[in-house]
Amino acid sequence: MNVLSVRGLDAFVGEQQILHDVAFDVAPAGVTALLGRNGVGKTTTLKAVLGLVRRRGEVLLGSGARIDGEPTHRIVGHGVGYVPEDREVFATLTVAENLQLAVRTDRPRYDVVDQLFPDLLGRGRQPAGTLSGGQQQMLALARALLNDNRLLLVDEPTKGLAPRVVGDVAEALAVAAHRVPMLLVEQDLRVVARLARDVVVMAEGRVVHTGTAADLFADTGLVQRLLGVHRSVAA
Amino acid sequence: MSTVVLLAVTGLGLGGLYFLVASGLSLIYGLMRVLNFAHGAFLTLGAYVGYEVGTHVGTGSSWPGFALMLVVGTATGAMFAWLTELLLVRRLYEREIEQVLVTVGVGLGAVALVSGAWGADPRPFPAPRWMSRTTALFGAQIPNDRLVCIAVAAAVLCGLLVLLRRTRHGLIIRAGVENRAMVEALGIDVRRSFTTVFVIGGAAAGLGGVLAALFNGSVAPGMGDSLLIFAFIVVVIGGLGSITGSAVAALVVALLQQFTNYYAVSGLGDFMVVLALAVVLLTRPVGLFGRTA
Repeated sequence: MNVLSVRGLDAFVGEQQILHDVAFDVAPAGVTALLGRNGVGKTTTLKAVLGLVRRRGEVLLGSGARIDGEPTHRIVGHGVGYVPEDREVFATLTVAENLQLAVRTDRPRYDVVDQLFPDLLGRGRQPAGTLSGGQQQMLALARALLNDNRLLLVDEPTKGLAPRVVGDVAEALAVAAHRVPMLLVEQDLRVVARLARDVVVMAEGRVVHTGTAADLFADTGLVQRLLGVHRSVAA
Repeated sequence: MSTVVLLAVTGLGLGGLYFLVASGLSLIYGLMRVLNFAHGAFLTLGAYVGYEVGTHVGTGSSWPGFALMLVVGTATGAMFAWLTELLLVRRLYEREIEQVLVTVGVGLGAVALVSGAWGADPRPFPAPRWMSRTTALFGAQIPNDRLVCIAVAAAVLCGLLVLLRRTRHGLIIRAGVENRAMVEALGIDVRRSFTTVFVIGGAAAGLGGVLAALFNGSVAPGMGDSLLIFAFIVVVIGGLGSITGSAVAALVVALLQQFTNYYAVSGLGDFMVVLALAVVLLTRPVGLFGRTA
């Protein structure tokens, strides 16, 4: 049973249709990567699942809940955690307040957060806007990990981070993926190769390829054609 | 010296009135991106219903009567704001132009309603006799009603800051002012907070209505709108969505007005306020305490 099934999904930003008849599944464990060049609709796909943009089509959770007609806060209430592109932490709120706001359960998993990001809770009184990019990403992830979610939607978590920090974030994602299945949008193919079991590749608002990550990366011609990358990822 | 003190205290009292109107406007705009033109109507209705209770039910010129007027005025503002949000603004969710238009309509309608019910002319406002007496302060004779306006506005400021900084409701409002979609994406129904800020804003405006009537010595149908204009200026100067900004800007605007009107030419104060607005918009468009997006 897949944790998320998307069928015939169209999505709109303003008057413009961004997604056309998108269909894919997210496996009940591990990381499913959503790939494609810039501007093909990866972020819009995550936002459409969450109801942050106008959409029509069928979006089912593994629990059987149909969520394509529900408002965002209810979809999240079903156990869908969101780590947005550009972190979107609340800059004027403290780290502790950012976390507090994200709590939806009686027993928030501060232990998980503390284990993954040991220096984050110590910065509780610091305004989130004064954190470094890497720390903000950790905070954005921590917000999602405080609750026992059924699915995480993670959008470009390594974007704009220093190479050393990319490794830390990838490590945290790997640990998180053991706890909860993840749909991950990621440009850094080394991170994808390390984390993802399945891939969904998009082009111009449509899904053009689905399969395993191993098969995709074994075929350099396919990688080149779908993603326009030259160098081998396996190296 | 005594003139300066008198002008300063009167300015602070007026600033308190501006703050009571501006704080709600600022929160409503910060969270919902709606310029609430009905806010003056909340104030006017609060003042008139308070006045009505003061003259008929209770004895307005006694202390318990005055306290009752404050409570009734506050409740009227809150109730009217709640109805406006529930029946009109909410139905136009995310249609911000239409939301602004409907609040303009409510504002105009309420003034017409008040004129129809109580007449277009100002009516003298009953207040305890102590209010029109004076207290000596640094050699100046300060009318007591000014001091009451300052004290009440300061109390409301403290209450709002506690609410925003110490409660979960406040946390959601502060986060929503910064990024509403992300609050939703954390699983929180932001629309509930819309109602909260409308009710809080309406309550502050209704309370401000009774105090404005005390300050002016009368109630008049246009009282809300004349304060609303300056409150909008205060909100923009202070920074949209910032309560502290509204408080500081309310004092700056009111003091600037008082001193200019007295020491330069009467009437020039309003012009100076608009000038200050222009300077802020040119040099710091997000306002004194606003955040760059």
